[in-house]
Amino acid sequence: MSTPASMTAMSSDLRAASDAKHDRLFRWAVTAAGLFVLVTLLAAGLSMFWGGREAFQTFGFGFLTSTEWDPVQQKFGALVPIYGTVVTAMIALIIAVPVSFGIALFLTEVSPPWLRTPIGAAIELLAGIPSIIYGMWGLFVLVPYLGEYVFPWLDENIGPWPVIGALFRGPPLGIGMFTAGLVLAIMVIPFISSVMREVFLTVPNRLKESAYALGSTTTEVVWNIVLPYTRSAVIGGIFLGLGRALGETMAVTFVLGNAHFLTTSLLEPGNSIAATIANEFTEADSPLYLSSLIALGFLLFVVTFIVLSIAKFMLMGLKRREGK
Amino acid sequence: MTKSLKLSLAALALAAGFAATAQAADITGAGATFVYPALSKWSADYNKVTGNQVNYQSIGSGGGIAQIKAKTVDFGSSDAPLKPEELAKFGLGQFPSVIGGVVPIVNLPGIAPGKIRFTGPILADIFMGKIAKWNDPALVAINPGLPLPDSRITVVHRSDGSGTTFNWVNYLSKVSPEWKTKVGEGTSVKWPAGVGGKGNEGVAAYTKQIKGAIGYVELSYALVNKLVYGSVKNKSGKFIAPSIASFQAAAASADWANSKDFYLVMTDAPGADAYPIAATNFIIMYKKPKDKARARQAVDFFKWVYANGDAAATSLGYVPLPPALVKQIDAYWATNFKF
Repeated sequence: MSTPASMTAMSSDLRAASDAKHDRLFRWAVTAAGLFVLVTLLAAGLSMFWGGREAFQTFGFGFLTSTEWDPVQQKFGALVPIYGTVVTAMIALIIAVPVSFGIALFLTEVSPPWLRTPIGAAIELLAGIPSIIYGMWGLFVLVPYLGEYVFPWLDENIGPWPVIGALFRGPPLGIGMFTAGLVLAIMVIPFISSVMREVFLTVPNRLKESAYALGSTTTEVVWNIVLPYTRSAVIGGIFLGLGRALGETMAVTFVLGNAHFLTTSLLEPGNSIAATIANEFTEADSPLYLSSLIALGFLLFVVTFIVLSIAKFMLMGLKRREGK
Repeated sequence: MTKSLKLSLAALALAAGFAATAQAADITGAGATFVYPALSKWSADYNKVTGNQVNYQSIGSGGGIAQIKAKTVDFGSSDAPLKPEELAKFGLGQFPSVIGGVVPIVNLPGIAPGKIRFTGPILADIFMGKIAKWNDPALVAINPGLPLPDSRITVVHRSDGSGTTFNWVNYLSKVSPEWKTKVGEGTSVKWPAGVGGKGNEGVAAYTKQIKGAIGYVELSYALVNKLVYGSVKNKSGKFIAPSIASFQAAAASADWANSKDFYLVMTDAPGADAYPIAATNFIIMYKKPKDKARARQAVDFFKWVYANGDAAATSLGYVPLPPALVKQIDAYWATNFKF
């Protein structure tokens, strides 16, 4: 009588022990996966800092503020690439965020159901196009059009304005920071809009239906129900796009002009961190030159980190306001 | 039955393939992109004749120099010669491989290739942004009858470091003291004006897209892509259109005989019919390599190239070395590469 009972007890003990073992293994495995990200990040950051130490030692803080980039005299400064990276990414976001909002809201709230799948698939396909294709499209299709029609118009009509005008003055080359921002915008729209669409779909129908039942219009539902419900995830999606825009290399190299000049005009050529590294790495023939390029890579790391931190703080601020 | 036969045949073929590669020596080289089309053609032809393989990676001159210094390849290649002191420091030797040149290209409507003329100082002034319009008096004076428009000149330069840039700015430094002090020379420089395109194709694409643009590319690239190039006034005062003949004239008139370790940049050559921005690619090897057999193989390859590679080079828009220079290289090998 007692034998089967003790056997069950024993087997359940055994099971418990093996379960605990499996559980421990599982925890180690996922912890290792989590740590892997951290270690990779730290290793990448540290090795770039180490590689760039000669540049930091030689130029000190001036490396950040100098616009000089002279391989002959061996004088390097990172301001032009940093400025170009940040400005092109900002232009990209200013264009991409509203458009992505539109796409995601159209797909989740307005579009007839039969249109959702094809547009959704189109967005995912756009996200899969290699960046060099965007770059070539930018150079061979967008640049001539911008240079012929858009840039001259901007130069003539907005150029004379005070303050803002300074952004839109310059020769109509068709190549420059504005063009790079435009191409980047098209590249990040698929990322931002597909995240937004997924997030908007998580809003419970109950909430939306209640609002509609109270007589809200679609606009009111979007602004008062959908957006507040999904705000933090939406900002996360935007910053995913921003991260991509900051680090994009190939497409930017094609249309940015790769010139080490600091100008206020968005119509003039500039340079970005990733483009500078891609262009000059193979022929960087002195240790200081090479070190400066690696230091640039480290600065891209820092810039991205700062931008993402600002995003996190913004999110925390929003949450605190909600709490009140 | 048939299946197993096929399988064993495949295995046999595979084994034979391995055996063949094991027998033939693989020579490896790395460096300038400029010489890559010629080297890969030569390598394919050489492989057909001897069964030996030459693997060349076109990673850029700077990379080629770094790789040969690190002894990871049998030969390196650079568009800029190394100074004799630097060669001596590392125990390296160098010799020219093939000749090419850099040509100015323009985007101006109604102008045929070779018709627009430049002088060295004018090119320097354009690339410094001092001559900013196409109808500048200096340009009009040397281009009588050419429809030069009243439009902005946009300079297009290389955004990546390049031997093409080295030869271009080396020439500008030789003919313009102001360029020499303000900008200087190197595989990449601080450009006073303009936009940068990546590679010959990047410069060509920007030049095509921007009206009134001027850029510079290798001759072979300009010829293949039918770009509008200009002639340049040479040291003896003649306007010379870039062509294989005018490059050959430049190579023949350059003072190779008195150069140490072939340290000579051929720009601004003195010959009457010499094109002034001709360039040489250099091969760099150890004088006492760790693998003597492979180094010997590499020298054999270049020996074969000088004897049999001229037609292939010419068909690709390169200029073979003049016979006197080949003789000088033979003598250089005999005294320096004793392995």
